[in-house]
Formats: sequence, C-alpha cells, structure tokens
Amino acid sequence: MPISIDDKMKREIIIDHYNSPVYKKTPANVKDFLQIHMDSVSCIDNIYIYLKIENNIIKEAYFDGVACAISTASTDILCGLILNKSKEEALYILEQYQNMIFEKEYDESVLEEAVVFSNTYKQAARIKCATIGCNGMKEIIDGKK
Amino acid sequence: MFDVNKIKNDFPMFKNNKEMQGKNFVYFDNASTTFKPQSVIEKINKYYTTECVNSHRGDYDIAHKVDEQVLKTRRNVAKFINADVNEVVFTSGATMSLNLIARGYGEKFLNKGDEILINEAEHASDVLPWFEIARKKGLIVKFIPLDEKGRITLDSIKACVTDKTKIISIAQVSNVLGYKNDVKEICSFAHSKSIIVCVDGAQSVPHMKVDVKDIDCDFLIFSAHKMCGPTGIGILYGKYNLLNEMDSFLVGGGDNITFDLGCSVSYLNPPEKFEAGTLNLAGIYGLDAAIDYINTIGIENIEKYETELRKYAISKLEKNQNLIIYNKDADSGIITLNYKGVFAQDEATYLNSKGICVRSGQHCAKLLTNFLNANATVRISMYFYNTKDDVDILVEALEKGGDFLDAYFN
Repeated sequence: MPISIDDKMKREIIIDHYNSPVYKKTPANVKDFLQIHMDSVSCIDNIYIYLKIENNIIKEAYFDGVACAISTASTDILCGLILNKSKEEALYILEQYQNMIFEKEYDESVLEEAVVFSNTYKQAARIKCATIGCNGMKEIIDGKK
Repeated sequence: MFDVNKIKNDFPMFKNNKEMQGKNFVYFDNASTTFKPQSVIEKINKYYTTECVNSHRGDYDIAHKVDEQVLKTRRNVAKFINADVNEVVFTSGATMSLNLIARGYGEKFLNKGDEILINEAEHASDVLPWFEIARKKGLIVKFIPLDEKGRITLDSIKACVTDKTKIISIAQVSNVLGYKNDVKEICSFAHSKSIIVCVDGAQSVPHMKVDVKDIDCDFLIFSAHKMCGPTGIGILYGKYNLLNEMDSFLVGGGDNITFDLGCSVSYLNPPEKFEAGTLNLAGIYGLDAAIDYINTIGIENIEKYETELRKYAISKLEKNQNLIIYNKDADSGIITLNYKGVFAQDEATYLNSKGICVRSGQHCAKLLTNFLNANATVRISMYFYNTKDDVDILVEALEKGGDFLDAYFN
C-alpha cells in the first residue's frame, strides 16, 4: 500500500468493499468454523464472524449479517489481511489496526488497505462500527491460543 | 403563536452547542429525548440546593415543603391530562409504567389463554412486558395488522378481537411512523367488549392535548424527559378502581401502612401504593417546571406549530428523489426515511458531520423492520423549538446524502 494513497482512493476502497465485499457470506460447512456473534446497543451492526484455524494458521475467514458501510468494509478488509497468517501474526495486525483507530502509535506496514479507516476518529460514534469485526476476530483467535 | 427564536434562548443546550462538527447545531432527535429549559434546570437545582430532604412524614419545615411540592407536581400532571390527582403515579418513566401495568394488572387478572393485542409498530417497552407475562401465565400476544401505510384502523382491531381479548395496548403516536391513532374510538369499542385499553403516550403527551377523561382510556403512560423534563421520572395514569385492585410489583419503604411478623401487610392507597422507595424528588420538581413551561407556550400551540413545521419539511424533502419517506402522511413531528442505497447509520453519521442530530436504527420497534422492508431507518423528530432554518439545513444536507463518506474525508 503506497503512502501516497489519496482520499479519493480511500473512499473508493471503502465503497468497493461495502458494495462488493469479498468475504461476506456464511460458509456452507459452517460447523468447521469457529464463530462469534457481534452486536452492540449503540449501533445496528449485527454480524457473525467465521474463522477456520488449522495448524495455527487462519485458513478461511468470513462474516455475515446486517452492517453499515464502515463495519462491512472494515471487517471485509481485515478478513483478507489475516488470511493465511499465523494466529500471532493475525493478532499483531489486528492490534495495529486498533491502535490506528484509537489514534495511538501503529505499524502501518502491516495494514495495507485498512489504512483507509485512519479517519474514523472524526466520527467518534462510529469507532464501534470500525472495530466490531476486529474485536470479534481477536476474541476468536485469543480464545484458541 | 410564539416566537421560536425567543424560545430557543430558554434552552442552555442551544447556548452551549452553537456548533457540532464545525457546523450549525441542529437537533432532530426529540422522539428520543428533549432539551430542558432553564426553568426546569433551576427547579431541579432548587431541590438539591435548598430543599434536599426526603418526602413522606418529615416532621420539620423543609420536609413539609418537599411533601407539598410532590403533591403540587401530582396536581399539575393531573390537570395537564385531566385526571384526578390520586390517579397519577410517579414512576421512573414510560418503560417502568408499562411494566407496572403488565405485572400489576395483567399478571394478576389475566388467565391462561387470554389474549393481549399489540401491533408491530409498538416500542419494545410496549412489547416485552407483555411477552414476559404471556410466557409466565400462558397468555397469547396477538398483533393487530397494520394497513398499507403502517396505520392501525378500528376495523383491523375489530377483526382481531375475540372473547379472549382482555387488553389492548397501543401507542397514541407511533415512535417510528408517527401516526396518531384514534385511541378514543378504540377505547369506546374495547369497553363495549369489556377490554382494558392501555395507551402509550410517550410520543403524544409532549406534543398534543391528551385528555384521559375524553379518551376514556384505562391507563396512560409517558416520560418526563420527552417533554422538557428530567430523565428518570415518568407517569402512570390509571383509572382509580383499576389502580386500587392491581398490585405493585415494587414494594418496600413508603408504600405501606403497617406490616407484622406474620407477613401481613397493609398497603397505602393509590397512588402511593406504587411508589415504594425514595422518590426521584429532583425529577418530580423538574417535571412540575416542565409542565409549567409547556403550559406557558400552550400544548395546542405546540401541536399546531409542529404540524406546520412537518408540512414544510415534507414539502421540501419529497422533492429529493433519492429519499424514501416512509410516513409522508403522518401527522406528528416524526419523519422516517432512508437515502436510497445508503445504510441508515451511515446516513446518520453523514448528517452528524453536517451538524445535525438524528437517530438511525430500528428505534426500539424491531418488529416493524419486516413491515418497512428495511433493516434500519433514519428518524427525524421535531419539537416546538425546531425552526424552518433547521429544516432547510437538513434538506440541504440530504441533497448530497449519497456522499456519506464525506463524514470521514472532509
């Protein structure tokens, strides 16, 4: 992800992942997946996250449910980022993502497209939406450590 | 009628929030809660700063003043809705009032197989208490079908009523679709079948004249915070004979005369019977001032003003082809819409970036999503302190409502 990515491109990336998410589906063989249900009183987002972890590697990642543009796009991008990563690598990426959302120091080099959410702080009420997928993934992976 | 700009000066929230996100501050979330005028805040402060002692049988001057104020507020509420003073129970709000009716009346008097009629547009607080007692006592909760616009008609109620129907619980104004239900007509029919009618006035009492004797409802409930009063205080109105025969689901200090080691208790008469525990006294002080404030403006004036403002807003909003307005024909200050192709919450965030407070979601009416065929909607809800300028700002913002990511990138 080049540092020169401009706002127009960022917007296109969010819209693209919202309108045509790559990982938004309930897998057919759902029983082979670890899953978590995420919702919140402060927003409408109501999603399930499905991860298949084999030999410490995230082999498949999906999510499904009702969600706004920010939660859909962020969860979709994060699914792609943690795919084929070890649990430790995945947790590192998710932590960097969280640090970015909460305006802390973060390692941009692992976030790729996810940097499009660096402006989330401008709409504080939407931080929940930008982190709902991330939190769910962390909970699943942490639980399987 | 009244000078809305002068009125705005009465509300510190407008003085303290000139801007939000660098834009003129516009508040259109009044169905959730309303701002408090200075007089209400001062009245609450009066309790905490000069009369901060408990009510009930104080033997000293200040305690007597508090008791007098509790009675004064009760009288003020009674006059406001044309009830008798002993028919006005203080609760924590509309939700507690509805729970009290379900538990105190429904659970006591309904039997297995009896039916309660509600509808898909009801707020969770007028659904879940009935679900709970239905589960416990084997009652049946039935839903009155909505017409194509989301309204309830007397005919649709008649079609649902059986000889098992014991309670109809209905909002006078729906908090999502904003239609005014003719509760007077409904009560008249229901009473001919010996059915009790519970009216949820949370979205009506703050906005229009509600007269319990004219409507002849059995119960009416509402919250102070939606009518310029404090949070944590609300009202249960019930016909005295009903209050007298029902139980309180909250018992303890302040609601009894005597009890003995044999577990025998003698409770006070209504309304005190339902008011166990220390009352929200600051709330009761504030509610008194809120009713005074509304009376100064005039509830009929408020209704007239909001009707006009709504008409103005609809006339402007309906020109925007990208909007789906779900309740064009409603007659309250609630307008529910979506911008085509934009998730409601994203639209609400965009409006936040334009300085406008609205609510997105299901508005606690989760059953209604099937009817609307929308997971969530944006709700604009007005009060008498909103202006045509507020509407213009909203209309202009929604012109570009499709560019919702502006919220993050501008």
